[in-house]
Amino acid sequence: MTDKQTRRVLDIKNLKVDFETNTGTVNAVRGVDIHVNAGETVAIVGESGSGKSQTMMAAMGLLASNGRTEGEVVYENGNILGLSIRRLNQIRGKKITMIFQEPMTSLDPLYTIGRQLAEPMVEHGGLTWKQAQAKALDLLKLVNIPEPERKIKAFPYEMSGGQRQRVMIAMALANDPDVLIADEPTTALDVTTQAQILDLLAELQKRLGMAVIFITHDLGIVRKIADRVYVMKTGEVVEQGETRRIFTQPEHAYTRMLLDAEPTGHKPPVPDTAPVLLEAQKVKVEFELENGFLQPKHILRAVDNISFALRKGQTLGIVGESGSGKSTLGRAVLNLLPASGRVVFQGQQISGKDRGAMRALRKDMQLIFQDPFGSLSPRMTVGQIISEGLLVHEPSLTAKDRDARACQALEEVSLDPSMRNRYPHEFSGGQRQRIAIARTMVLKPELVVLDEPTSALDRTIQKQVVELLRDLQKTYGLTYLFISHDLAVVRALSDTVMVMKKGQVVEAGPVEAIFEAPQDAYTKELIGAAMLTQRQMMESA
Amino acid sequence: MTRYVLGRLLGAIPTIFLIVTISFFLIRVAPGGPFDLERPLEAKVMENLNKIYHLDEPLWTQYLLYLQSISQLDFGPSFYFRDFTINELFAASLPISIQLGLSALALALVVGGMLGVAAALRQNGPADYSVMAAATLGVTIPNFVVAPVLTLLLGVWLGWLPVGGWGDGAFVNKILPVVTLALPQIAVIARLTRGSMIEALRSNHVRTARAYGLRSYLVIVVHALRGAILPVVSYMGPAAAALLTGSVVVETIFGIPGIGRYFVQGALNRDYTLVMGTVVVVACFVIIFNLVVDLLYALLDPRVRYD
Repeated sequence: MTDKQTRRVLDIKNLKVDFETNTGTVNAVRGVDIHVNAGETVAIVGESGSGKSQTMMAAMGLLASNGRTEGEVVYENGNILGLSIRRLNQIRGKKITMIFQEPMTSLDPLYTIGRQLAEPMVEHGGLTWKQAQAKALDLLKLVNIPEPERKIKAFPYEMSGGQRQRVMIAMALANDPDVLIADEPTTALDVTTQAQILDLLAELQKRLGMAVIFITHDLGIVRKIADRVYVMKTGEVVEQGETRRIFTQPEHAYTRMLLDAEPTGHKPPVPDTAPVLLEAQKVKVEFELENGFLQPKHILRAVDNISFALRKGQTLGIVGESGSGKSTLGRAVLNLLPASGRVVFQGQQISGKDRGAMRALRKDMQLIFQDPFGSLSPRMTVGQIISEGLLVHEPSLTAKDRDARACQALEEVSLDPSMRNRYPHEFSGGQRQRIAIARTMVLKPELVVLDEPTSALDRTIQKQVVELLRDLQKTYGLTYLFISHDLAVVRALSDTVMVMKKGQVVEAGPVEAIFEAPQDAYTKELIGAAMLTQRQMMESA
Repeated sequence: MTRYVLGRLLGAIPTIFLIVTISFFLIRVAPGGPFDLERPLEAKVMENLNKIYHLDEPLWTQYLLYLQSISQLDFGPSFYFRDFTINELFAASLPISIQLGLSALALALVVGGMLGVAAALRQNGPADYSVMAAATLGVTIPNFVVAPVLTLLLGVWLGWLPVGGWGDGAFVNKILPVVTLALPQIAVIARLTRGSMIEALRSNHVRTARAYGLRSYLVIVVHALRGAILPVVSYMGPAAAALLTGSVVVETIFGIPGIGRYFVQGALNRDYTLVMGTVVVVACFVIIFNLVVDLLYALLDPRVRYD
């Protein structure tokens, strides 16, 4: 880090960002000073709403129309904040470039990759379309896109999220920028893809020598790539310093809280004498994909011959990337979609039962979803949402009893029961997930299938939800089927782990065995990508 | 692609057959006939007329006869315009209506589109509010009010434009009817464009275009408008059909010999072949316009492909 030049390429001085809204002015950024030296990697860390993205959006002139800025953003001795669009366009896209959090939607769906890559080069580099196309091909090779000659003519919808993010990186590098701003570029990607993108960024930075500003909420990434860190909270920088110092001697309480937010601890094991609650034998789910008229149907095996047994009080973690079939398996064992094989719950075979016969059992087997925003009806109060299940499963209860049960459930998830008459939009993501948990707990189930319940939440909130789930399990002897791509959370919650890939189990076993000594290459890759091994090293050091 | 177009055209045949069948029997349900005049004709004359036009035969025979002639693209003789066949009437009037309709559609697209984009770029500004207010007016004021007002203003008081007549398709004769016909469509298209354009300007890929310092033209037209125009394209199918058939009022007010007035005259005089002919022609246009819209859609959006 000493060989880095100390010339500041981008210097943000006392930047303030306000948004005029119907309910008054929101001070999103309240006077931050952030700078990045040539060739350096700086990370800006904070939870959602901390103003970390808005700071860089303001610097790039990309704020929403109701945004107001104050302060200075100095690039090459000139303030670029508040420049006319024409002047700003001589810098952004050329000297300062940006990649975004949403690789799926950041490229224009109506134009080919080649055309979109060439556009900024024609615009800034004075190249002809032909020259720009040739350079675009080189760039696609640089970011390791397979079959670049073919992909240059492809449309964004023909590519995966990881490939699209590579295209965005290629676009960012096209005009040899001095500064690359990466706004959560890997958040929407699977862990292994995430690791590949991070490696690519690090390698390209070494080769091309630009400065990188990395906005993220994931401390694992920060530790891996950043030279210096800024920690932001409610629009202010609360702490800054070298990465090593921030991680070993954090000064601000908020930084310490962020660092502690990585889910830790283990679940106490369940004795072997506990009865088997759920047993799945050779569960198989197939989807038919239509190929077109009169063509043979393609059969996709989403879940391929999976068997497991779950004892009362145990947690089985199901790990895998998107498309691995883990959510499908979760729904198949609950008999929510047609599957072959045998599923036994509480000694009763449930596979093949029709809806009516399943209804009585549903009380004991519940499901919690990933999306805390979409899974609660916006037109019902929280009290109604929570007590709705009681109407079906305990119809003898009076309205008063149901209300009492809802209050009790809210208390269990550490929410104030007096809030039960409010509507879901008045709650934060973490609170909504608590409401979703309360809705499940009010029925006093035996088995809960948790489908990525924490992946839409900030790390600190995640930790609280993980602890809540662990407490509830201990109190009520619940059995969990925990589906997640987040290995740290799975490790903190599970007894046994099953690693899935393309519908099949590649490795299964007790949680410690899987994490300490993974056997399968894919498991090793997943664990390596999640940087868990690295954290263990730091913990033991 | 060719296969898709052929398939769609062949698929239209049963649709047209159904339309012909339903309208054939529906118009026969209506009481009265083409030769029921205020002063009844002599019984012998009536009998002869019915014989010539096959009206004395059972209904299903007439239906089969009609199907036979229509399959040879012969729409038969007109009962009301006694010296003309329906084909002759259409040959004279259809080109005029098509010209009128397509000019109005083109005008509506260009003006409405530009107004919509301008409003979206100045969202919640005075320009936006005035465009939207004007659009509301454009939709609510019926064209039988707009037409006389425009005629009075530009034709009578200022004397710039002729007040009526087709004038063998002279440009000045077209201005007033085309503008009158286009106004409500301009309003609808402006609203549609504004809405989808606002959404497009907020989308992530437009943010990318801005972040990469592209000129405003590239950001607004190339990246935002191409996606935003898709809902307008979908609207164009029904709009074109409405312009072609909805020109009754405009054609009557401006005295233009188009196809629109045959709807009214045909129906009022029980001119069976004229009504049937108009129905079939309009149905064909609706089908063709919808096909054109679908092809245009595929041209604009690479995710839609008909192979």
